[in-house]
Amino acid sequence: MIKYGHHRFPGKLFVVEGTDGSGKSTQLALLYQWLKAEGYPVFFSEWNSSPLVKDTTRRAKKRRLLTPATFSLLHATDFADRVERDIFPPLKAGAIVLADRYIYTAFARDVARGCDRAWVRQIYNFAVKPTVAFFFRAPLDVAVDRILSARPQLKYYEAGVDMNWADDPQESFTIFQGKILEEYDRMVEEFGLTVIDATRSIERQQREMREIVKRHLKKGRMIAAL
Amino acid sequence: MREMKFYGTPLPGVDVEPLSGKLIVVEGADGVGRSTHVALLRTWLESRGHAVLDTGMTRSVLAGRGIKEAKQGHTLGRLTMQLFYATDFADRLESQMLPALRAGFIVLTDRYIYSAIARAVVRGADAAWMRDIYGIALVPDAVFYLSIGSAEELVSRVLASGRGFDYWESGMDLYLGEDFYDSFVEYQTRMLREFDRMKGEYGFRIMDASRSINRVAADLRRGVARVIDEGRAADATTVQPLRIAAKPQPPKTEETSIKQA
Repeated sequence: MIKYGHHRFPGKLFVVEGTDGSGKSTQLALLYQWLKAEGYPVFFSEWNSSPLVKDTTRRAKKRRLLTPATFSLLHATDFADRVERDIFPPLKAGAIVLADRYIYTAFARDVARGCDRAWVRQIYNFAVKPTVAFFFRAPLDVAVDRILSARPQLKYYEAGVDMNWADDPQESFTIFQGKILEEYDRMVEEFGLTVIDATRSIERQQREMREIVKRHLKKGRMIAAL
Repeated sequence: MREMKFYGTPLPGVDVEPLSGKLIVVEGADGVGRSTHVALLRTWLESRGHAVLDTGMTRSVLAGRGIKEAKQGHTLGRLTMQLFYATDFADRLESQMLPALRAGFIVLTDRYIYSAIARAVVRGADAAWMRDIYGIALVPDAVFYLSIGSAEELVSRVLASGRGFDYWESGMDLYLGEDFYDSFVEYQTRMLREFDRMKGEYGFRIMDASRSINRVAADLRRGVARVIDEGRAADATTVQPLRIAAKPQPPKTEETSIKQA
């Protein structure tokens, strides 16, 4: 098994990370459109999307079967399927892969839920180190407001209600997001995340993102753009 | 009563407390007779008045069905498979085994983390990676390993059982041979080698499973009785820390248990 940081694939992997409401998915969608238009072979992969694990996750959330350990392992299973199906093969083939959320999401959430930092990192040892991992950093109140204003009701695990931090789901969500943000901040140095200020305009963030991505496309030997 | 001990990083959010039950593992290769022996042990333990919970791989409420469905298809990757099994294990540990152990049950488990590790390693996974993941596993009170000389011996059992060769038990996903038979022999040979490597590290109590069912069962009963009685003797010493503490004496009960067998 090849470990994190040791894969040598001709393709490039760009991932976006950040708390809920940081605007990262919007930014990745724009990046995708641009790369497509430039003629690159691009593949897109998002968190919690494994067809093999989907039913189990849905049932588990509905019936509230998950604990911090099983929440963590089930999401790792989902991620492994994404890696084996959507990430390794295109990277080996020299394509660009864009991932909406990556292992850092698991590190942030699972540790916020009380899992051991080292244990969670060991589980995801098999993941490829991204070419660039963008961290869209929005202050806690901004991100929380974006979610709460857009959503009438928070889901049980999303709000971290299972952790008994607070009776009120909104209050629990805010506590949870605060812990997650803390974990992200500590990962910036540990994993060399590229921080994007998510409070600035969408256009400005996208420009910055494209600048950075472009640099990596020039250097590498990608499949020639059409 | 004994302290809760984990192989590595303890389960998150679980209070470490003494457990009054016993966790007993029956391990061994496919077709070696594990499930038969677990069933026999269960009946015998219940007849002796013990409450028993038995469990085994893919029997979790959370992931059992998902794993079975995934194994029916042809898209289950190796990493995904190992992690799916780990999810199943964690769910059973938290929602079946631990509650039963707290309540004083004898928990019999048909396979434990050793089979999961062996299968993964045979499929090229990193042994250290597997051990890290399964660090959340409770160290059992005893591991009885049903040992067999060779994969060929397993073949005759698979044939005798009438169910024939199974795709996964034959390691067909590894392309080890031309057909189920060749693949089964090669795969099980590798599995036996992995178990063999683990026996010292994890303190397997070896049971020669090439003997008759009755003889193996009698040995298992004796072994299990000893594990239970050791616990009792230890409890007695905590209540009354007199001279008995130096040497708990189980042979009497052992005799009785053999006769009962």
